[in-house]
Amino acid sequence: MKSLGSIRRSFAPWSDPASKPFISFRNVTKKFGDFVAVDNLSLDIFPREFFALLGASGCGKSTLLRMLAGFEQPTSGEIILDGQSLAGTPPYKRPVNMMFQSYALFPHMTVENNVAFGLKQDGMPKAEIAERVDQMLKLVKLEKFAKRKPHQLSGGQRQRVALARSIAKRPKVLLLDEPLGALDKKLREETQFELMDLQQELGLTFVVVTHDQEEAMTMADRIAVMAHGKVIQVATPPEIYEAPNSRFVADFIGDVNIFDGTVSSVDGGFVRIETESGLSIKVASPETPAVGAKAGFAVRPEKIRVGSSQPACAPLNAAQGVIWDIGYLGDMTVFHVKLRDGRVVKASSLNAVRSVEDPIGYDQEVWIWFDENAGVVLRD
Amino acid sequence: MSKFGSAIFNRLVIIIPYAWLLFFFLIPFFIVFRISLSETAVAMPPYLPVFSWSDGFSGIIDGIKQFSIANYVWLTEDALYIKAYGSSLWIAGVSTLVTLLIAYPIAYGMAQAPKTIRPTLLMLVILPFWTSFLIRVYAWIAILKPEGLFNQMLLTLGIIDQPLIILNTNWAIYIGIVYSYLPFMVLPLYSALEKMDHSLTEAAQDLGCTPISAFWQVTFRLSLPGVIAGCMLVFIPAVGEFVIPDLLGGSETLMIGKTLWNEFNANRDWPVSSAVATILLLILVVPIMFFQQAQAKADSEGR
Repeated sequence: MKSLGSIRRSFAPWSDPASKPFISFRNVTKKFGDFVAVDNLSLDIFPREFFALLGASGCGKSTLLRMLAGFEQPTSGEIILDGQSLAGTPPYKRPVNMMFQSYALFPHMTVENNVAFGLKQDGMPKAEIAERVDQMLKLVKLEKFAKRKPHQLSGGQRQRVALARSIAKRPKVLLLDEPLGALDKKLREETQFELMDLQQELGLTFVVVTHDQEEAMTMADRIAVMAHGKVIQVATPPEIYEAPNSRFVADFIGDVNIFDGTVSSVDGGFVRIETESGLSIKVASPETPAVGAKAGFAVRPEKIRVGSSQPACAPLNAAQGVIWDIGYLGDMTVFHVKLRDGRVVKASSLNAVRSVEDPIGYDQEVWIWFDENAGVVLRD
Repeated sequence: MSKFGSAIFNRLVIIIPYAWLLFFFLIPFFIVFRISLSETAVAMPPYLPVFSWSDGFSGIIDGIKQFSIANYVWLTEDALYIKAYGSSLWIAGVSTLVTLLIAYPIAYGMAQAPKTIRPTLLMLVILPFWTSFLIRVYAWIAILKPEGLFNQMLLTLGIIDQPLIILNTNWAIYIGIVYSYLPFMVLPLYSALEKMDHSLTEAAQDLGCTPISAFWQVTFRLSLPGVIAGCMLVFIPAVGEFVIPDLLGGSETLMIGKTLWNEFNANRDWPVSSAVATILLLILVVPIMFFQQAQAKADSEGR
């Protein structure tokens, strides 16, 4: 299979059968009364990986993280860290530290005492503690705030104190629970890249829980999309985006148009689907569903092109419609095109030049079309 | 409300507590203080008026010249008073400590309880106030007396073969004070513990604290304002407590509240009892003022 999207870095231990996972969830189930928070879940995370657990609230991602930290015990199954089962190990003996969503900074301690807290528990000599604290505060650029108390800091500064405190002990794994949830958009974007740099620099394994797909896509090496206590797909961000394995993942990550239809032929790596709305789709697909089976076709808006003249590929992978809505976002423009049968398709185009000679306007008759490898076949 | 109106309202809001303090604390205190500088007399009221406002300014000056600190000197000469002060502070201190030790687990349990049942638990703590304080103290007589409920129970269970003498000893006073003031300790502790973020103890454990050490370094440390408030609410009234030592205590019990009562009613010595009251107030207020100043200083240093 061709590689999807751009390669972030040549780091892919998950595709190397020789590499050993660092963290393994093996058939882990967690029940709270009758509620199944995590359902027979198995998952491997590799050393130095930046791993994201992504899902809506209540999908079990936080429970998974809390089980790794030791605040919850699995009802059944086993969690293995660096070859050792974590069963029965209390939180204070695990080589794992957590950055809490609320930051959980100790309000009665100064910034430096917060950072030193974990080191003091280990009985590290005073001089070494001071040195490590200095180093950590330098790392998060808070040297000047060492003597302040948490309530005298801004949200972004508190977040960095929490980060410094959680990495001060040099844990084997850093767990981050919605690490950027409380920051405003601009700061969040900056901090995403800071976290990535930090992870590279320290060479730690990061496991981050987030409901923000953009955050997960930006930072993570791999993403596990979760729903109802199960992992739906584990893959790199480009794979998750370009090759979702299910309707749920396709719909959950980014914007998507999904056409439902019936497979009419399968031939030489190409699948043809006749949709309910009369669209004929020919798509390159490693998935080869049976002829006559129901299937979905998912295509991202930016892969659909909009134009006033009939494309060469018509009638395959093309349809006529009228412009229903136009959303101008600056960097790109989103078109809502209403097809003949009333269905609205989302298409977006990059505004690579400042002005277009013949701009597309409201109510204009247009063609939409897409390439043979623009989308994926979803089997139901 | 207009801007002018709200300015008046703001002033009023500040004036009310000060006026309250002036009329119900400062003025009565000065009346007591003035009496403490006077001498007893067979009169109505039973002390020599030091001065009266009708004598005019020179009369007041003359009166001030007649002020005597003889009553205060008397307090230091008779060991009874010093002993009474000392024993009051001791009894109040021990009772406060015991109350804290009992109240903390109660408050902690309440704060950990499911949110839905917390109001009920809170209600149960306040419930004893529905019955008169005096009746509740009398009830303890029935429980603690040699043939009372407590001894009956221990005898039936075979733990003792002779009734314990608890009533009319200091033990009964400790029990009475701890019982009566327990809600005053539980409430501030509960309010401090209830608003605490649970993730703080989790963070402490995550960083390597055992649950017990996390409790001391984080939970207890952060509940200190509640501990201090609760201790003051128990200690201060307990020092001057009169009803409990009178009803539950014995003849050997010496507490300043009871001494003051005797001085005032039995001896009809208003000036000496006023002096006793003034000293009691100083003993309580001065350390608290220093403490609060120190705390305010510590707070501003953190800023």
